[in-house]
Amino acid sequence: MSTLTAERPTAELATRPKSPKRRRLRGESKLHPMVWVFVIAVMGFSLIPFYWLVNTSLKKGASLSQGELFPSQPTLENYLVVFQNPEFLLALRNSVIIAVVTTTVALVFASFAAYALARLKMRRKAMILTLILSVTTFPAIAIAAPMFSIWREIGLYDTLLGLIIPKLTFALPLAIYTLTSFFKEIPRELEESAYMDGATPFVAFRKVILPLAVPGLATTAILVFISVWNEFLLAVTLTTSPEARPVPVAIAFFSGTSEFEQPLGTISAASVIITIPLVILVLLCQKRIVSGMTAGAVKG
Amino acid sequence: MAIKTLLPGRSPSSATARPVSGRDRAERKLAFRMTAPSLVIMALVAAVPIGYAIWLSLNQYSVRTAGLSRFVGLENYINALASHEWWAAFGQTFLFAGISVSLELILGTAMALLLNLAFKGRAVLRTVVLLPYAIITVVSAITWQTMFQPNMGLVTNVLSTLGLPGGDVVWLGEHGYAMAVIVMADVWKTTPFAALIILAGLQVISAETYEAAELDGASKWQTFVNITLPLLRPAIVLAAIFRTMDALRVFDLPFVLTRGANGTESMSMLAYTQLRENRLVGEGSALSILTFLTVMVVSVIYVRFAGGNIRDVAKEEQ
Repeated sequence: MSTLTAERPTAELATRPKSPKRRRLRGESKLHPMVWVFVIAVMGFSLIPFYWLVNTSLKKGASLSQGELFPSQPTLENYLVVFQNPEFLLALRNSVIIAVVTTTVALVFASFAAYALARLKMRRKAMILTLILSVTTFPAIAIAAPMFSIWREIGLYDTLLGLIIPKLTFALPLAIYTLTSFFKEIPRELEESAYMDGATPFVAFRKVILPLAVPGLATTAILVFISVWNEFLLAVTLTTSPEARPVPVAIAFFSGTSEFEQPLGTISAASVIITIPLVILVLLCQKRIVSGMTAGAVKG
Repeated sequence: MAIKTLLPGRSPSSATARPVSGRDRAERKLAFRMTAPSLVIMALVAAVPIGYAIWLSLNQYSVRTAGLSRFVGLENYINALASHEWWAAFGQTFLFAGISVSLELILGTAMALLLNLAFKGRAVLRTVVLLPYAIITVVSAITWQTMFQPNMGLVTNVLSTLGLPGGDVVWLGEHGYAMAVIVMADVWKTTPFAALIILAGLQVISAETYEAAELDGASKWQTFVNITLPLLRPAIVLAAIFRTMDALRVFDLPFVLTRGANGTESMSMLAYTQLRENRLVGEGSALSILTFLTVMVVSVIYVRFAGGNIRDVAKEEQ
């Protein structure tokens, strides 16, 4: 009772075959009207802010400042302004490079570590896992502050490499613990039979586990990518010029031009632009994202 | 997200005899070799900087002459702990974490219960709920800024049309209102995370448990309070731990929404401001170490008092 176990109930969460629990609900196909009220409220709370962001991005001038519910003269001008802004394009390039490199490096090292932690006999395994987990709760400022000093000394301040390295602090443990839980789900029999054929554990890892773990690796890559893309504190502390600034910082400073007049239309357009790929990612990979997020699920 | 990794054990391999001790030794060696690179990287990118931050925090650095410094011991800490700014940021951060995490757990539980019901359109609801989670925090802040902008915002417009209070308020310009917007932006983005963790907990409660309750004539509310909630406790605690640790590090939202004005500065923001804007390396480092210690103390308290199950599992592992 109430222990956490290695079983994952989340695979069914997305596909949901006819489970016993579902059958339990057969008599209740008619939902209480209050439930629908809740459903609509939750949908509204999730979607209305998106609508308003898009709405704001399509307005300018009086239409923007009056806060029209529907833009009377929708315009794409804000989007043109964003795409003509060289700093925004640089920021996009920087974000892509940083996120791709960090995710790749983290995944390579994490897959080794996660295999050892999931499968091999090892001393102090619990301690190592706890340590890795605790790193993810570190406040980024405790890394950013000293990195700011170190990087300025050795010339990595305001460079892409200078951002990729500290971002590994959080990408690596996230990748390790997500992958560890995926590796544990791969049936052991497959390795056992590889051992029978005389394979060493490392060969079993390379030839048996890795190919089977491709979905888990993909899920982990998505989660790490989103988290690196989203990260702000390290990015804002360790950069100062458009050449190194990633998207979140560029957008945050879009808004900082003047205290009195905010180019909210343009900022909204920039926000919409960088949100679209993430929305597509969610629509396509919803299952994976959910299973990765709840990889540490709880058993009652 | 990750607690499962704390329990790799229960290893079927211990049952399926693979005895040879030479093999064990080889396996341990391999395990060490496979984990070492990651541990070395993490030591270099996490432990070394934090160690260096401690050293920086014990010195005072000249603002005018680069490289000039003197050792001052704990002076930076004493000054910080005696300052109004630190305690204001400390209080603000905990107030933010307390309110937003409570809302996220309550709303998250409600969302999880909804997502656990069988109804047409559940798949759509699940996708919709997940969308805000994928949004970057800075964009979440901007989104809620557009909602509350005077005259331009949806919320401000609706409130003033209905003649309700808040319609003519500059929300980001006053402490309580600014806080409300920051909390809203956080709740919007992160409730899906809490909901999915709690949903995962909900889905493993067996149908028989409910059937027994039904036979005993328990009402829906009684079933929820006496059966569902207690069985959900581990999932809720897990969501609470992850969300609290995250909320105590809050930085992006106040940075974008208020730049820390109107008493919304968080611990991380205060350290950032001292370091980057005021160029006070020693003081900034001391503040970041204090932030670090605060978060660590809270996580230890959580695991000790609320996360008994996590501890049991970790013990079992050894």
